[in-house]
Amino acid sequence: MKAAVVVFPGSNCDRDCVVAVERSTGASVDRVWHQDHDLPDGVDLIVLPGGFSYGDYLRCGAMAAQSPVMKAVAKAADDGVAVVGICNGFQILCEAGMLPGALLRNAKLKYICKAVDLDVTNGQTRFTSGYAGQRTVRMTIGNGEGNFFADEETLDRLEGDGQVVFRYAGENPNGSLRNIAGVVNARGNVLGLMPHPDRAFEAELGSADGATLFQSVMASA
Amino acid sequence: MKAKVHVYLKPGVLDVQGKAIEGALHGLGWGDVANVRVGKTIEFDVPGSDRAAAEADAKAMAERLLANTVIESFRVEVA
Repeated sequence: MKAAVVVFPGSNCDRDCVVAVERSTGASVDRVWHQDHDLPDGVDLIVLPGGFSYGDYLRCGAMAAQSPVMKAVAKAADDGVAVVGICNGFQILCEAGMLPGALLRNAKLKYICKAVDLDVTNGQTRFTSGYAGQRTVRMTIGNGEGNFFADEETLDRLEGDGQVVFRYAGENPNGSLRNIAGVVNARGNVLGLMPHPDRAFEAELGSADGATLFQSVMASA
Repeated sequence: MKAKVHVYLKPGVLDVQGKAIEGALHGLGWGDVANVRVGKTIEFDVPGSDRAAAEADAKAMAERLLANTVIESFRVEVA
């Protein structure tokens, strides 16, 4: 099994993602620089990590979405390869048009860093099948712009088609519409989420629920 | 010529910065101020003198990169 973690200038969770995927799944993980035009052959999973790519210039993820490597990521996704964008990676996928919606400033304008409980709204995706009936999972968020927005019509469609995968359980930390914390594309092979599975991959970190996500997607490849 | 692209959050999108500034203005005594919106202006030089072409280019740039039309609207000005 092989995975690739894309590194943008300003990414700061790339190493966390490498360690999280390696330790949860045993996959070999390469880091790929954003200026590269190609991904390693035969990758089963591509991770866009958290951080502040390009210093969040213009809009979070806007510059990174135009990086050369993103053409290769989009092509791999078209070929059915699984892609997960975490936090800034989620913002990048939205900016690249690979996921619907956008992430706005948090409703209370604060950067929020804390553990949150999430409802697994759709346990039948490639990313969540391993939760096997587990309704609530715990991960941490760490963002200033995690407030998911899409127009009403898009939100209805996402809910109707099972594309809403995670919702904040209990208090909504950032104003995300319909408490949305993570969504997949229509085909179900591209996931974006604001909470960090890469910070929740073994019990010593407070939760191992993130490991299940990486294990599920690797098992589906 | 100079092109300016003005970008704002769409009317239906909550502008939390605008809200915070509105609250501060109210606190300073300008209680009637309403609908404060925070936007940005991106300006750049464009070669030539074909204003229509420059406007079309700037619009394309806005749609492609300068604005995220899921959440933002924009206005192009060339002079």
